[in-house]
Order: sequence, then structure tokens, then C-alpha cells
Amino acid sequence: MSYGQNTSPASRERSRRESDEGEGDRVGTQHKNATERPDHPHPPLRGDLSRAAGEVYGRDPRDRGGPAQPLLLVENLRKHFPVRGGLLNRKVATVQAVDDVSFAIRKGETLGIVGESGCGKSTTARLLMRLIEPDAGATVFDGDMVGSRSGISVNAMRRQMQMVFQDSYSSLNPRMTMVDSISYAPRMHGIPRNQASERAEHLLEQVGLNPRTYARRYPHELSGGQRQRANIARALALEPRLVILDEAVSALDKSVEAQVLNLLADLKQQFNLTYLFISHDLNVVEYVADRVLVMYLGRVVETGPVEQIYRSPRHPYTRALFASKPTLDPDRRTTEMPLTGDPPNPINPPSGCRFRTRCAFAQAVCADATPDLSAPFGAPPTDGPAHLVACHLPEAQVAAGIGHA
Amino acid sequence: MPDGSMLQQQPVLDVQNLAVRFRRRGSEVRAVNGVSFSLARGETLTILGESGSGKSVSLKALLRLLPDYTETAGEVRLNGAEILSLPPAAFAKLRGGEISMIFQEPMSALDPVYTIGRQIAETIVQHEAVDRRTARARALELLERVKIPSAARRLENYPHEMSGGMRQRAMIALALACSPSVLLADEPTTALDVTVQIQILLLLRQLQQELGMAIVFVTHDVGAAAEISDRIAVMYAGRFVETGTAREIIRAPQHPYTKGLLASTVHGGLRGSKLEAIPGSPPSLVSLPPGCAFAPRCRYATDACVQDDVPVTTTPTGGMVRCLRASAVAKTQPQEVNA
Repeated sequence: MSYGQNTSPASRERSRRESDEGEGDRVGTQHKNATERPDHPHPPLRGDLSRAAGEVYGRDPRDRGGPAQPLLLVENLRKHFPVRGGLLNRKVATVQAVDDVSFAIRKGETLGIVGESGCGKSTTARLLMRLIEPDAGATVFDGDMVGSRSGISVNAMRRQMQMVFQDSYSSLNPRMTMVDSISYAPRMHGIPRNQASERAEHLLEQVGLNPRTYARRYPHELSGGQRQRANIARALALEPRLVILDEAVSALDKSVEAQVLNLLADLKQQFNLTYLFISHDLNVVEYVADRVLVMYLGRVVETGPVEQIYRSPRHPYTRALFASKPTLDPDRRTTEMPLTGDPPNPINPPSGCRFRTRCAFAQAVCADATPDLSAPFGAPPTDGPAHLVACHLPEAQVAAGIGHA
Repeated sequence: MPDGSMLQQQPVLDVQNLAVRFRRRGSEVRAVNGVSFSLARGETLTILGESGSGKSVSLKALLRLLPDYTETAGEVRLNGAEILSLPPAAFAKLRGGEISMIFQEPMSALDPVYTIGRQIAETIVQHEAVDRRTARARALELLERVKIPSAARRLENYPHEMSGGMRQRAMIALALACSPSVLLADEPTTALDVTVQIQILLLLRQLQQELGMAIVFVTHDVGAAAEISDRIAVMYAGRFVETGTAREIIRAPQHPYTKGLLASTVHGGLRGSKLEAIPGSPPSLVSLPPGCAFAPRCRYATDACVQDDVPVTTTPTGGMVRCLRASAVAKTQPQEVNA
């Protein structure tokens, strides 16, 4: 609640102008470039930001491996944070935030990551961007190993991979106007100032903020939804191919959330983007994602196409998670608790399968060995994206009981 | 579930024309502009609204938890007795006794320097003339009632030693310490993970059945509202725009705002289709437009909507809708809205 804020002149002015915000719905029609310049889906930056190597391919000059090659391949990503304490500030424990996470993001798809707080979904995003240095693991961006001599540098990867954060206010510099924030990264990558600003204004328009009104505003002069639009514009400033959306709509009111989700869908099509969409909101992920990754205490427990994960979840945790979702129907309320207790502390997680301490099916084998991701029990082989589950027990994968929503 | 006979009894809580203004440095924020509702024993009313709609302020006004520069007007009757005009000392006896509240963030609502057991026992001693030992025993009973495992050990815990869900349970135990007849719940599940949220909702439903208190549940989450409420009141710009049973509001909303709110509540069934977002954002509470506050964002709005205050139409089931165009809106099927 922000009544205190509403008394300030700035916010009074802000709310008066907020009626402009609905313009977001018309983004698609405002952007005419796509039709005017069919060979360039968006005006390319002239500072040689685009990689010239792939010019031979018709569509995106930066596309190197063709559509079959994953845009991002992550293998055995790991991050353990030390917990220090005691007299000599020694390491007393380890938070296994992300442990052996592997996945691929295909070109043009939206991969959703769901899980509860502490499951490592945000840490994964930060590791991909190298905002945190991973302990182990490899990332391959469109065939190029990131950070290796034969591949591409972290900087080169960041030009093609950008991120939008949950807190729209703290992720913008409070002392920079919108146009400065958005043009900052292109300028750092060598684009002349006036050219970068011009492009920033163009981007503001594309995310539904009139540049005449909003370009010279500071973050505190915008509402939450408007700020998140500006953050999206900033993420697009370097013409990335992959955008990581880390709880990007979670802090917004429902009506604004819908506006921003519509905007993201428009931009994806227009700029030929690939999304990694991280959220705790199962409904939103079901709406936006093509494939889903379910994480629990730093590990991937299940992955597959969104329909299969939501219709026939196999991992006992996934089933419990979906069964916990409020029903939206007063006549079919949840009557049984799908899970008891909170997720355990990621400091010293259980051995073997990390879910075993809350799992109704757990047996001795679950404590002894870590289950690998493999095809679910009794599933017919498919040509499409694989449905994989990390669970030892066939009976746990098929049991009805819990999770039947 | 309330039936006819219960509704005819004297309401536990009756609020008439509650209005809250914040006056500061020459500006006036009209946060709540005439909210009325009444609650029967064992009934749950959910106030559903977005941030800035005045839902939390209404709750805090009922418990007088707002800052000094607040002006509160209206009439609030608790078990038949007017409480808004009570002197502060008399009101303090009610707060945490007959009427109590749980909050979104238990970490900031609980006192970090006292153990859970001590905080609950202190509340009991304050409100009822019992000795510490009895109070302590009651505290243990309460922790067991809210299903905290190994309750005896948890009594000695400080809030920071508990997980989020556990703290929320401890806060519910604290609120229930003196068997209140009304429990005010201000977004108690918003900060929790989905698996823990459903546990807390189920717990509240069960406790209500056992203890019979009335609950005013404030949330922005349609899902939580559908799980817990008997009746729902949809709030916008400091007013209820529509009230009705949970079923009526969720199945057949009449006010354009309620419709929009439900349409923009994302679920998997909408995959591939464009979301029907409500354009724009809520009005400033400093300068509310005349007439219907939703009119500037409303696709059904006519000139009449912005002329004068919109009268309330009551529905046969005891609900109401504050919209001049309600009958026209109700006839519109969602498909037609799309076109």
C-alpha cells in the first residue's frame, strides 16, 4: 500500500498521467518497421553489434547453427555458496543453491522454470548471465562455448542475452532518466550517444511508453507497470536473442500483469526472441511457456512440454505443487493438503532424492542414490521434446492419490 | 457456510459508511470512501482488490492502526456495540481480544526479541485475568491447534528461528489467543509459497469451523478468494463496486471492473490467446474523478457514468453492484466483449 507516496507532488502528477499506460495494448500496431523492412525484422544497430559471421543465413544474421541447434545449452551447472560463521569466520556449511542443472533452450521457444522460493531458479538465471560465477558447468550459446578461448567471451554473450528483474524500481538507476538507462548499454558497447538515445526513444515507443512523455522521466515518476515496461525496453536495447525474465511480472497487479504479458508476447514475435521465463506463479507459466523445468532445492526434478507437465505430471513433487494451486472455483475447493511443512533449508539438503523427506512414496533407495532425469515409467517414446523425470520409483510416478487437480 | 437463519441473527461485525482520509501537507488522500458490510458468525467475507484500492486501509481503520493524521468516519458495531467512538483505553481492550488481526509479513508483525510462547502468553495475560502458568499452557494448546509440529519446543523459539509458513501459523495462534469473534486477515498468504499458502488457507477454514469466528480476508489473489470466501466484495478506488457470494462473483460478475479483473487473471486455459487486460491504471486517490471511479478505464462507460455518484443496485441474493450499465454488462457474453 502506498498512501504515503500518493501525497507527494510527483506521484500525484504520475497518477494523472497514468491514463497513458493503456497504450501498451496498441504496441503491435505502432510498430511498422517489421512490414516496411522485411529483410530486417528490426533496425540493426550500426555499431557492428550484430555478428557478421552468419550473414549467409537469410533470417537472423546472428543465427549460426540453424534452427536445430539449441540457442543455449547448459550442462552440469553448479553453485554452492559457503556459509561463514564462528570465531574465525570459517566455512560452517554450504548452501547448494544450484546442483548439476542441465537444460537446453531451443530457438524461438519460451522455457519456463517453476519452483518454490529457495529452489535455485533465480540463481540459475544469474549464473547464466554470469552475474554470479558458477563453480562448475558449461554454457554454450548457439554453438559457442561461453568464456572459453575457442568460443565467445562473456561480454559477447551478454550482448545476445539480457535479463529483466522482478523489482522494477531497484533495477533502474534512480538518478538516470529512462532514455539514459536504456541507451547506457549500447553506449558502453560503442554506439554514439545521439544514436543510442534515438534508438532508446524508439524502444520506449515499442513497449507502449510515449517517448515525448516518458523519455526524460526518472524511475520514481513512473508506476510499477510503466517501470517494468522501461526495464523490458532496456533489455532489448542491445538486440538480444535471449531474454531472461526473472519473476518479471510477479510484483505487478493482475490487470497490469496482463498488459505486460501481452506486450511480451508481441515483442517476442516482433523481435524473434527466445524467452527464459522464471516464475513461482504456475498459472502464468502455463500461459506463456512452451516447455517447463520444475526445480526443487537446486535440482531439476521434471522437465517437458507444458501440456504434459501440467496434464500428467510424473514427479510426486510436481503433482503436489500443482495440487496446491488454488482452484478458482468455489464449488471445487481444495480439501486435502497436498504437502505438509515448508521446503527444507537448502543448507545441507537431504541425501539422494532431495524431495524424499516430504514424499509419501519415499523408500530406502531414495536416500541412497540421486535419481537421474530419464523418461517417465511406461511412457511411449515421442519425437517431440522429451518429458523427463528424476524419480526412482515407478509407483510414485503413476500413483493418483495426491496431485490430482 | 451461512444459511438464512444465520444471516437474520445479529451480525458480529457491522460496518456502515466507513471513510478514511489522510490529510497531510495540504493534500488529502481519500483512501476509503464509504464502505459498508456486515458479517455473521462463522462467515468469511473477502475484500478483493488491487494495490491502492483501500482494502488494507479499511482493515487497519477497523483496528485503529492508522497514523495520527488519519480521519476515520462511519459506524462500526462489534456484537451490537459501537466501537469507533470508544476512548483509546477501552479500544485497546478489544484489540487482540474480541477482534484481532493477522498480517502479510509475520516477521515484522511478531516481536523479534521475545519467544513465540512469551508473546502469546503476554496477550492472554493482558486480556484475561489469568496467571502466567495458565497463559503458558494456553499458548501451547494454541500452537498445537495451528498444527505446529513439536509445539512445546517451538514455544521457546524466536521468530527468526522459524520458517515463513511456521511464523504465519504462530501469528495465527497469537491472533486467536483470546478467542476473537472477528479475525481480520490482511493478505496472510501473499508472501508464502504455493504449497504453504494452501496449508494456511485450509487451516483458517478449519479453525473457523471449530471456533466460529467471522473472518474478513483481504487479498488481491482471485484464487485465494475462491478457496476461502463465503462472500466477496470487490473494491476499487476506496469503494465496494460489487458484492455477492463467492460463486456469483466468480461465475457471473456484473461490474465491468470485476469482469476485467477475472479476465486478466491468467490461467493455462488462455494459452495462445491474447489476455483481456484492463487498460490504464487505477485513479489517484488525491483527485478522484466525479461519478464512477472506474469510468475512465471502462469500455461500457457513458456520459451518465461521469456525471454523478453511481447508485447501488441490490441483487436478490443480498449482493450489490455499483454500476449504471450493470444490466447491459451482464448481458454481454465474454465472446461478444472480444469482438
